[in-house]
Amino acid sequence: MNAIVLLLNYIFIPALTYGSQLALGAIFVTLIYGILRFANFATGDMMSFGTMVTILFTWYFQSLGISLGILPTALIAIPFAIIFMAGYMLLIDKFVFKYYRVSKSPPVQLAMVSIGVMFVTQAVVRIIIGPSDRRFFDGEKFLIKAGEFKEMTGLNEGLAIKSTQVITIVVTLILVSALFWFLNKTKTGKSMRAYSDNEDLALLSGIDPKKIVMTTWIIAGVLATIGGSLYGLDKSFKPFTYFNNMLPIFAAAIVGGIGNPFGAFLGGYVIAFSEIFLTYAYKKFFMYVLPERMEPDGLIQLLSTDYKFAVSFSILVIVLLYRPSGIFKGKIL
Amino acid sequence: MMGLIILVGIFQSWNIALSIFNLCLISAVMTMGANIQWGYAGLINFGIMGFTALGGLAAVLISVNPVQEAWSAGGINILLSLFLIIGIVLAIRFVLKKYQKSKIRSYVVAAIIITGIIIIRLVSEPGIEAIEEVNPARTGFLGGLGLPIIFSWIAGAFFAGGLAFIIGKVALGLRADYLAIATLLISEIVIAIIKHEDWLTRGVKNVIGLKRPAPYEVNLQQTDWFINLVEKFNSGKLNLISDMSERKAALNQFVIEGSSIFVKLCYSGLFLIVVIILLILTQKALYSPWGRMMRAIRDNEEAANAMGKNVVKQHLLIFVLGSAIVGIAGAMLVTQDGLFTPGSYRPLRYTFLIWVMVIIGGSGNNFGAILGGFVVWFLWIEAAPIGLYLVNLSTAGLEDTHFLKVHLIESVPYFRFLMMGIGLLLIMRYRPKGILPEKIEIK
Repeated sequence: MNAIVLLLNYIFIPALTYGSQLALGAIFVTLIYGILRFANFATGDMMSFGTMVTILFTWYFQSLGISLGILPTALIAIPFAIIFMAGYMLLIDKFVFKYYRVSKSPPVQLAMVSIGVMFVTQAVVRIIIGPSDRRFFDGEKFLIKAGEFKEMTGLNEGLAIKSTQVITIVVTLILVSALFWFLNKTKTGKSMRAYSDNEDLALLSGIDPKKIVMTTWIIAGVLATIGGSLYGLDKSFKPFTYFNNMLPIFAAAIVGGIGNPFGAFLGGYVIAFSEIFLTYAYKKFFMYVLPERMEPDGLIQLLSTDYKFAVSFSILVIVLLYRPSGIFKGKIL
Repeated sequence: MMGLIILVGIFQSWNIALSIFNLCLISAVMTMGANIQWGYAGLINFGIMGFTALGGLAAVLISVNPVQEAWSAGGINILLSLFLIIGIVLAIRFVLKKYQKSKIRSYVVAAIIITGIIIIRLVSEPGIEAIEEVNPARTGFLGGLGLPIIFSWIAGAFFAGGLAFIIGKVALGLRADYLAIATLLISEIVIAIIKHEDWLTRGVKNVIGLKRPAPYEVNLQQTDWFINLVEKFNSGKLNLISDMSERKAALNQFVIEGSSIFVKLCYSGLFLIVVIILLILTQKALYSPWGRMMRAIRDNEEAANAMGKNVVKQHLLIFVLGSAIVGIAGAMLVTQDGLFTPGSYRPLRYTFLIWVMVIIGGSGNNFGAILGGFVVWFLWIEAAPIGLYLVNLSTAGLEDTHFLKVHLIESVPYFRFLMMGIGLLLIMRYRPKGILPEKIEIK
């Protein structure tokens, strides 16, 4: 029992949270790739921009004295941030990406352009809010505290569930199911998938590309804001970490099969779980499972935590080598 | 461009101007490496950071004196692990060659790798611990070969080229944007290894006080010929000062200033030689039959393939060559800084900035690459003063304590990102071929 709780506390729940955050980012990458057909290197910074807007709104609401009680104030701020963010995305598209899309530039060129956007967004974020570490979480911190859990069950190992973890998982599930419902059931969603599958055929059957592109950017704005804010709520907001998070997000998107939202969703969890599984020190786990005389003396860690990022990238390289299209066949929404 | 640097020399100081100039030269070398891959062959390499770091590692491994105690403490284990790695690679090659492609073969290969890793960990662990315990504050690593650091420029090229060979074998078959992401991630892995394998690189503890190809300032300040030289240069100013002791103090000041400028000039000379050699070689290559073939492959891979050109082999070759040049630049950078700090390798500075240089300068044109390296690096450094000036200008109407002005002045360093981004976007939009576009003359 103790062993299971231990694993739950240190592996399963953190991995599920981290995986949800990655999954949102990965769906963002995949959507852009599937419909606008380029690898968006500005992903991390767009997420940090969305988070920044959320933080600014949160501060504004806090100064007005509005709060949600035990829930963080940021939850009210997110919808406003989304509106702002969608506007920002459309603005970028109008001034930057549209030109290349209309002139049918190769995807590589669009990727280069996205690097330009990355630089600009990063600069804007740092100029407005600064590069330092910020926490904007308020409300009740723990849903279940480690000590309470111990008292309740009488076990040696505590189980602590942070409210941000629950919020992250719940919001991700709601958002992702809404997205899949949108893509599979509504007319706009279906036309988006058609456009991603075969652009010319979609145009022939009367689908308006402008509308598709606009919807994509708006959805992208929603994903970027929520994904970024959840990460910021759970850990903390620092522009540099967001830039770095771009890498596991890319890994997740490709592992799941780039262009395939469901694959990206699962890819996020694959990356998160393997990162945490391979770098966790299993010493305590074996102490509970094995009889006393077989107790291990090392930490029983497969890889030191320093290689956390390296794990996800190695998985990516292996997947690229053996199944370049990802676990699920990619390239179609 | 030179004029701008000279302006900095006049208005700020010659020291700053020369250090900008040196880094411009190094950036130019990196850009040439990336330009060979992108401009000649159309390969995207976002792993520049990794190759730069490997070049830096070469500088450490070549120039630092070997740590004898560490070698005797754990050297055998490390060597043994090295042989084990070679053994594993050979075994895998053997299995791959000998047997048909099947599921069982894949499982056997996986089994070899996993058991190999476990054995290596068992063998190397005590060795690594022993090495890291040897005087951890000062050494704690194996050290290098103790050769002059100039050799490391060549070694850096071989290191980076070797890594590029492995990556190329694995990843070059991928589509352009996949290749970009894969190389970006692989370079992160390289950095992670360099950062955390303390027995090899001292990791984040950094290696300082590397050897120099140029004299030390302190020694220069005591050499007679140098003092005489400085005296001659500044004789006009010195003659104005009549008092003997004051004159001596002024001379001392000049000598101290002059020595650091002299050292920087030495570096500039060395770097300039490298840049010129590379420029001649790359220009020759560009106009050779080989260069024509590369362009043919870039512009139409299938046609080139049909003409009997081995596309895969040429791609691999050019990937290795370009990366090797980046490796040279990495070694030069560490040589100039005199220290190796694995923590400072960030993708923004070492990968994306170099790409901005390539795109802005003009891909496919070697002079464009050098120009891009100079312009972008210059702006990158001088963006803060320019930004400060602009902020002061635009907020001139506000009081000094106005929160907006204070905030803007605090965030002046980040204007460089803004400038790079806007510069890149403008160039991509209105001059997609760069400042100096590729032009091929048939001679």
